Amino acid sequence: MKKTNKILALGMVAALTFTGCGSEDEEFTLKATNNYKAGENGEVYVYNWGEYIDERVIDVFEKDTGIKVIYNTFEENEDMYPIIATGAAKYDVVCPSDYMIQKMIDEDMLQPLNKDNIPNLKNIGSEYLKASEEFDPGNVYSVPYCWGTVGILYNTTMVDEPIDSWGVLFDEKYKNDILMIDSVRDGFMIALSYLGYDQNTTNEAELNEALELLQKQYPLVQAYVVDQVRDKMIGGEAALGVIYSGEAIYTQRENPDLEYVVPKEGSNTWIDGWVIPSNAENKENAEAWINFLCRPDVALVNFDYITYSTPNTAARELIEDADIRNSTIAFPGSDILDRCSTFKYLGEEVETLYMNLWNKKSN
Amino acid sequence: MSKNAKSPAKNPSALLATPYTIWMIGFIVIPLLMVVYYGMTAKSDGAFTFENIKLIAQPENLRALWLSILLSLISTIICLVIAYPLAMILRNMKFKSNSFIVMIFILPMWMNSLLRTIAWQNILERKGVLNAFLTFLNLPTLNIINTPAAIVLGMVYDFLPFMILPLYNTLAKIDENVINAARDLGANSRQTFMKIIFPLSLPGVISGITMVFVPSLTTFAISNILGGSKVLLIGNVIEQQFQKLNNWNSGSGLSLVLMVFVLISMALVAKYDKGGDSTSVW
Amino acid sequence: MVKLKNFFRKFYLGLVIVFMYAPILVLVVLSFNSSKSRAKWGGFTTKWYSSLFTNDTIMTALKNTLIIALLSALIATVIGTLASVGINHMKKIPRAIMIGITNIPMLNADIVTGISMMLLFLALHYELGFSSVLISHITFNIPYVVLSVLPKLQQTNRSTYEAALDLGASPIYAFFKVIFPDIFPGILSGFLLAFTMSLDDFIITHFTRGATVNTLSTMIYSETRKGVKPEMYALSTLLFLSVLILLVIINRKNAYQAKKKER
Repeated sequence: MKKTNKILALGMVAALTFTGCGSEDEEFTLKATNNYKAGENGEVYVYNWGEYIDERVIDVFEKDTGIKVIYNTFEENEDMYPIIATGAAKYDVVCPSDYMIQKMIDEDMLQPLNKDNIPNLKNIGSEYLKASEEFDPGNVYSVPYCWGTVGILYNTTMVDEPIDSWGVLFDEKYKNDILMIDSVRDGFMIALSYLGYDQNTTNEAELNEALELLQKQYPLVQAYVVDQVRDKMIGGEAALGVIYSGEAIYTQRENPDLEYVVPKEGSNTWIDGWVIPSNAENKENAEAWINFLCRPDVALVNFDYITYSTPNTAARELIEDADIRNSTIAFPGSDILDRCSTFKYLGEEVETLYMNLWNKKSN
Repeated sequence: MSKNAKSPAKNPSALLATPYTIWMIGFIVIPLLMVVYYGMTAKSDGAFTFENIKLIAQPENLRALWLSILLSLISTIICLVIAYPLAMILRNMKFKSNSFIVMIFILPMWMNSLLRTIAWQNILERKGVLNAFLTFLNLPTLNIINTPAAIVLGMVYDFLPFMILPLYNTLAKIDENVINAARDLGANSRQTFMKIIFPLSLPGVISGITMVFVPSLTTFAISNILGGSKVLLIGNVIEQQFQKLNNWNSGSGLSLVLMVFVLISMALVAKYDKGGDSTSVW
Repeated sequence: MVKLKNFFRKFYLGLVIVFMYAPILVLVVLSFNSSKSRAKWGGFTTKWYSSLFTNDTIMTALKNTLIIALLSALIATVIGTLASVGINHMKKIPRAIMIGITNIPMLNADIVTGISMMLLFLALHYELGFSSVLISHITFNIPYVVLSVLPKLQQTNRSTYEAALDLGASPIYAFFKVIFPDIFPGILSGFLLAFTMSLDDFIITHFTRGATVNTLSTMIYSETRKGVKPEMYALSTLLFLSVLILLVIINRKNAYQAKKKER
């Protein structure tokens, strides 16, 4: 007992001494102009996903514009929504996903952007603005920030056939080696795409057919996961996993045996974009924030940090590593994108139907 | 003790609960009434309805409730079985400082529970720490990750301290002389335990059961992370309604059902507490 | 025979402690892992420890977390202990009602408590922020205090207290001299449980914090989509080790003083 105590104490001291010597910081190329002190020009309340920005960027923004940033994070769209809807906290600029943006537009929760204040919008690729129109017609309320596809991540040492179809997720051969996505809409998207139906379908017969497929899949699935898929695939726990493209780049870096594919039947593309809630009190500052994030050098720094695809075409051209600049995972070509589409908000009733059916998959 | 209990007006000690009563009305009863209100009205038009409560009758939800009860019950029993001998051992060790023992079992809980659950994943996974260890010893590997067994393990781990502490506190208080007296009068170990020690420790047992069973009924993070979301628990269903569907009405309705259910089961626990007022929590 | 029994006792105790501390050990190891992934050992590093101290967001969250946990546990302990004494003197039915209501925050799913608290504050036009989080934490902490103190109270010998009163002690004096020392272990564990619950809470804080308050738990949960930052493992390790060392020192000191007294 005494001995262990001593060892523990030593370990603690060692840890503290080590912390003294600063480790090498990643190179940070962004330089602030230092025109202002933060707070000189008011504040902006930002509500973003966790770990969805290189936080050093915030500092540069404050010094560049004199606007103090009050920054807070959420875990999921659904966590964010009631906070904005009830006005439990007044944020000036928020970053929801496509279907949530549509829902918030439908419910009059957003205000139109003044594009004169966002000249850097020109850096966003027109194809992404066009894709955004599916949930925000005319790009009135939102500016795309990150985007990606949903696909299959597979471990090349554990499969011996080319993977190009959702069908492998329903294959008896991979029993207990499948990590299925634990998300109602994504789960149904996979089954519906495999059956050749629209991922935004409201047709109950089609949904029931998809459910039947999901029920057959249930005994084959090792676990239903969202965030956990990354580490499980890196650790070689399963052969196949459903994953967002942005995570695929990171997991490949950690485990070179992993490959990512967007199945031939088509898939989902998602877009997270910045919007301004209607109860925002600092609208112009919010627009300054959006404009700043659309700067190519800023978008590049964020892309390096987040690894999710950036819609900022000017930033993409600045990427030094040609492998990443031309990566079909980060920037899939039109051949892949043409068979994908985004989720639409289907209204309360249909969303509830999806959820109820999803809960039946284990029967 | 009830013999000494007087009406609150005549008994100034009962008035000590006044600050709490006010707090309770403001921050427990009023929010509770809001839950009742939401649970009994329709989302669309706010009209009175039983629909939200009837949701529990859907086969999936009923099964989720049943599974939650079963898993929580198993976890509670395992906690009791692990904690009771432990508390007896701690009692007999006669520590100088009671707080040291208490801290040893609380300290792990000061690390965030999400982080600890993630750590359990590292231990239990197919290629995890435990299996590496078993392989090293030439033993067969254990695959309980993503099964209900892993959920039970997670619950036991998370709630065990809540059982140990009240048990240890009440056991430590039992007068050694009472036990010696029983022995002197010819009771064997088993009789001493059944007739003296266990009955005297009942308040602690009941507190422990409450603090383990009740919170484990509504957990959902454990079943997501360790159970691989393969089973649906009632906590998951309520969370889905509130969070994913933003339907506070149906979520409240289901919560009400759960609440009534728990209150009844706690009352049943109190029934076993034959000691009457002296030990009754209910 | 006695020796064997003693061995089994220590063995059992050790087993439970291993069970409780195994995941902690994993987290400590992960805090030195240079890979961000928990599934891969990327080599030994202390970089997470250094980046931890330069991260203002984490440091602010740590400060908030500790202040909220400490304050809410303290206030809950005072209110809860008074309430327990009061409840213990009540007749059976009011007592049953009090205890039933006390258990409600514990038996509600956190999200139900969180949203109903949020709605309450909004209805009162009470600005969400530090104080609303504090109030919510006190509320869900009280049951743990009551459940820890009440069993101890039920064990205390009332006749001693009454004897003290008969001998002319004031009720308050008699309480602190006779009852308080008896129930102190219960109060202490109630306080610690409350502190623990507050440290860990995520959902209720999420709904009642407004735009400005951040705690470690809310940070950790919001990081899950992109993967928990290894700095969090490092911070947990440091917190854990500091408390452990403090504990060992205090225990040594107590043991030493006790020995001294014996002489």
